[in-house]
Amino acid sequence: MNFGKQLKEGLLTQNPVLVQLLGMCSTLAITTTISNGIGMGVSVTIILTLSNIFISLLRKVIPEQVRIAAYIVVIAGFVTMVDLLLQAFFPEIAESLGVFIPLIVVNCIILARAESFASKNKPLAAAVDGICQGIGYTLILLVMSAIRELLGAGTLGGTRVFPEEFSATLIAMPVGGFLTLGLLIALMQWAQSKGGK
Amino acid sequence: MNYKELNLIGSSSPHIRTKDGTGHIMGEVLLAMLLPLLFAVYNFGPRALAAAAVSVAGCCAFEWLYRAALKKDNTVGDLSAAVTGVLIAFVCPVTVPYWILLIGDFFAIVVVKQLFGGIGKNFLNPALAARAFMLSWAGEMSTWVGPRSSSALWGAVDAATYPTPMALLHENNLEGLRQMYDLPEMLVGLIGGSMGEVSALLLLLGGLFLIVRKVITWYIPVSYIGTVAALTFLFPRGNDPVTWMLYNLLGGGLMLGAFFMATDYVTSPVSHKGQLLFGLGCGLITVFIRYFGAYSEGVCYAILVMNLTVWIIDKNIRPARFGESKPAKKKEAESK
Repeated sequence: MNFGKQLKEGLLTQNPVLVQLLGMCSTLAITTTISNGIGMGVSVTIILTLSNIFISLLRKVIPEQVRIAAYIVVIAGFVTMVDLLLQAFFPEIAESLGVFIPLIVVNCIILARAESFASKNKPLAAAVDGICQGIGYTLILLVMSAIRELLGAGTLGGTRVFPEEFSATLIAMPVGGFLTLGLLIALMQWAQSKGGK
Repeated sequence: MNYKELNLIGSSSPHIRTKDGTGHIMGEVLLAMLLPLLFAVYNFGPRALAAAAVSVAGCCAFEWLYRAALKKDNTVGDLSAAVTGVLIAFVCPVTVPYWILLIGDFFAIVVVKQLFGGIGKNFLNPALAARAFMLSWAGEMSTWVGPRSSSALWGAVDAATYPTPMALLHENNLEGLRQMYDLPEMLVGLIGGSMGEVSALLLLLGGLFLIVRKVITWYIPVSYIGTVAALTFLFPRGNDPVTWMLYNLLGGGLMLGAFFMATDYVTSPVSHKGQLLFGLGCGLITVFIRYFGAYSEGVCYAILVMNLTVWIIDKNIRPARFGESKPAKKKEAESK
């Protein structure tokens, strides 16, 4: 197990959003404000880590033929927990994230990590993988939502940076999500090609 | 004899080269846009010239800065950025704040053009993509003033909106439109609207100039305008198809779009058949948006959507290879 390597993979070289291109739907949809981005990122990180641990623990019990269904059941259990906790303690975030919290069940980052990592590794390594990938996901959500909130609404974390009349509403709309994500992916590719040399 | 002293170059064809480069072609385009620009100044006051100047300066500056920052050879000299700058100004109302123009310039040059590799590699028309982006500020982008007006060069703009022909057409208010502007006014351009779009006559002249100078071919403009004409004539709103058709042809950005934007080499098909199809698609989408859309004008989105289909058109419509003739193919097919 190599925590540093896994962290580097999660943040950069194997970043779930920018390199593996997983979890696009939630990334594009919810990154309109920073609080949404953090709420979603933290929720996914928690669910990802817990489901990774449990799937890793159960990896010898789950029959290969029904493994996807078994993963989904495990993930859905944690999603329900997080959903209820959010509703209880952070009702505002729960409301603004809406359907995207239940939809974490089918978030491909979690399923992909379960299939490609947790089902082949020991629980501790799987937990580290979940945390690292989760941090990578959260980081990108944070960057994207900061960019989109700043340009699209003129605020940063709810505080006004410049008057609303200057904000580009298009950036807050879906097209702005695609634009921001595309530019970030391009930046990542560019940085990797530079770093590779 | 030392053959190296002879000024001979051994290479495959072409052997005759012209010195005309991209800069020459873009210069001709700029020349063709001069009359519409002067008319915009006549119709909307000196602010139109100031806006065009700001937009051109912005585009050139962003192009130069990007190329310089990435240590690439600079392409400001080919004037393509200047053409984009003028076009961006042309598709905006004269009252547009200068900072919105500069943001549009940035989006067109850096995001749409340079990030994809610079001139020749953009998949969308930069000026139109910029316009779509600038609609973020929908209020500023649709504050229209009337013809023969003069907006202040600086400072807050009169917020009163003036009905443009396209707005009236969108409401199917042909009677109101006729009372407000008669057809000669529509043709000459004594109407409200975007800076460079108003004068259909001068844009037509500019387009003809480009065709005569062989900068563009007639295929896209004719099939584009023809499609719009046919559709609006066949399915008029009201009981006067000819008038309805003429107002549709002369209003909005059709002439500017058909001659100066849809014909952009990079974002239009290569083959003539493909260009006809491209124009047809532009015309269809334009009329659909004008008839059924929420926006009153569809030229911008029609061309942008068709830009995205160019690779499909080019992939499927290929000109016959040199040396291949169709009758021979037919015979081959018959013998099989």
